[in-house]
Amino acid sequence: MLNPSLKLNPKIWGDDVEQVPIRKGFGQGLLAAGEADENVVGLCADLTESTQMHLFADKFPNRFIQVGVAEQNLVTIASGMAAMGKIPFCSSYAMFSPGRNWEQIKTTITYNDRKVVIVGSHSGISVGPDGGTHQALEDIALMRVMPNIDVVSPCDAIEAKKVTLALAKTKKPAYLRLVREKTPTITTEETPFEIGKAEIYWMPDVGLAQVGIIVTGGLMHRALLAAKELEAEGIKTKVMNLSSIKPIDSEAIITLAKECKSIVTVEEHQVAGGMGSAVAEVLAQKFPVPVEFIGIQDKFGQSGTPDELVEHYDMGKNSIKEAVKKILTRKV
Amino acid sequence: MSGNKVWNFRICDSSKYPVLLAQGSLLKTTMSFLSEDKIKELAKKANDIRISIIEMLVEAKSGHTAGPLGMADIFTLFYFHVLKHDPKNPTWEDRDRFVLSNGHIAPVLYATMAHAGYFPIEELKTLRKFGTRLQGHPHREYMPWLENSSGPLGSGLSQAGGMALADKIDKKDKDRFIYCFMSDGEMDEGNTWEAIMLAGKHKLRNLIAVVDRNNIQIEGFTEDVMPLEPFHAKWKAFNWHVIEVSGHDFRALNEVVEEAQDIFEKPTVIIAHTIPGKGVKEFERDYKWHGKPPSKEEGEMALKELRNLRF
Repeated sequence: MLNPSLKLNPKIWGDDVEQVPIRKGFGQGLLAAGEADENVVGLCADLTESTQMHLFADKFPNRFIQVGVAEQNLVTIASGMAAMGKIPFCSSYAMFSPGRNWEQIKTTITYNDRKVVIVGSHSGISVGPDGGTHQALEDIALMRVMPNIDVVSPCDAIEAKKVTLALAKTKKPAYLRLVREKTPTITTEETPFEIGKAEIYWMPDVGLAQVGIIVTGGLMHRALLAAKELEAEGIKTKVMNLSSIKPIDSEAIITLAKECKSIVTVEEHQVAGGMGSAVAEVLAQKFPVPVEFIGIQDKFGQSGTPDELVEHYDMGKNSIKEAVKKILTRKV
Repeated sequence: MSGNKVWNFRICDSSKYPVLLAQGSLLKTTMSFLSEDKIKELAKKANDIRISIIEMLVEAKSGHTAGPLGMADIFTLFYFHVLKHDPKNPTWEDRDRFVLSNGHIAPVLYATMAHAGYFPIEELKTLRKFGTRLQGHPHREYMPWLENSSGPLGSGLSQAGGMALADKIDKKDKDRFIYCFMSDGEMDEGNTWEAIMLAGKHKLRNLIAVVDRNNIQIEGFTEDVMPLEPFHAKWKAFNWHVIEVSGHDFRALNEVVEEAQDIFEKPTVIIAHTIPGKGVKEFERDYKWHGKPPSKEEGEMALKELRNLRF
């Protein structure tokens, strides 16, 4: 069942579940953050509307900087503004930022300790028809490998709004990972969110779970559908939303591993270096259990519809179910 | 040792480069006319800084020689005459901001800051050693009063541009200047031109870039590695006010800094023609000294030459 204490969207199971692009939540969150704090500024590299920064730019034209198609400048200008007390959010597609400007982010933001929020929209395979050049499948790895940065990948638009508001108040540099496609609304305004805290979204009605499923980002709905079907088949699971990949909620992950003795991770990202790797790093050191990784298996993307691509790269509902069944056979 | 280089310094001639002068400076500055005595004092200070640079590089056994020696006069003028700063209160909110883009000339930054009173001169001997605050390339974590960490080239000007943009939004761009010291070699970087374009777009009036036009980079002369000329025209085409000057003439330098401060319509770049390795004849104008330190013997020779100078 859905965790009743989290006040998740009860209409989640229907075909008519509300669907909103995750990036839209960022746009609304930035607008609200801008209203709450006049030091919040927005910078964009010629993708204002598609990263949903236009809501902020229209309301606060004097606090919006259009840098043109120049992602290296995007983050380094932001660093300079942060040095003067501004709270810059800089948005582009994840493939270009942090895809193109990694060194600038390291030297001028994380190493330099300047509070900038890098917003990578259109991440993952679900960018779809634009093809492999535009599908950022490595950005979690690129960002989480650096010291002094938080990495957050919300599961729906409502959570994205909360994440944006939270990141406007922290002192640390941050990476906010967004998805282009419409994504089912899973949470509600009442659902708690805290940077660094994981939540169990699905749990057995009674008894212990046999497998823990840890999800980040836009695949959460598919994971919940898989969990529900598995329950009908007699397999009890827990589904964790790990939107904060860094700092990582080690305690919650270990608690889940102790209960389930097996973990399946689910993300729209290369399995090398992504959220699953981060989970495995925790488990290997603190409580080793078998892990199956749902994600891109060392391949580039290609054109297609988001659904076609998610299925082709084995990240859909059935793939998650298969991974759960497979890991049951691996449990010691 | 210096070989067959041809130097063609285009010393600033303001009649040749028409300027957009505001009617009197609207910008606050602590600067004043340079008297003969003050120029002598600055020349002596620059020489002391060069001596420190040689001493620290010999001790560190690694680091860059040519750039720091070449920029010693300009650093001296800025830290002892131009900059609005307070070594005893380095995070003073109203200070000018000084951004060093080419962090590899850290020895001249550290030596100048030590001589200006930011930290003990004795500490210069720790350059590049384990546990030092004087990292091989400057790092704010170890020296919080630096405006930026730097080393990888090409991103200083955009950080300075971001500072100037913030000042523009806050209407503080008449209260202080944002200075960015850069190398000519790092003009190869795309990020630099992105920053130049943006500063021109936003007419960042309190942004002043100083380019160390010493014509060398690691692998040779800039014009061989990747030609920059027509350098002046390039900046101008990006809507900057451009001034050229000798990087070793305190009076001329001071005048062009004042001119840059008076330009109200756009950002200004001072292309400072410097002699790499300046002050030590054996090191001057030779790109081989870009990235290596003097040996003990070479250091002794250099120190003898510098210590024998009279002012």
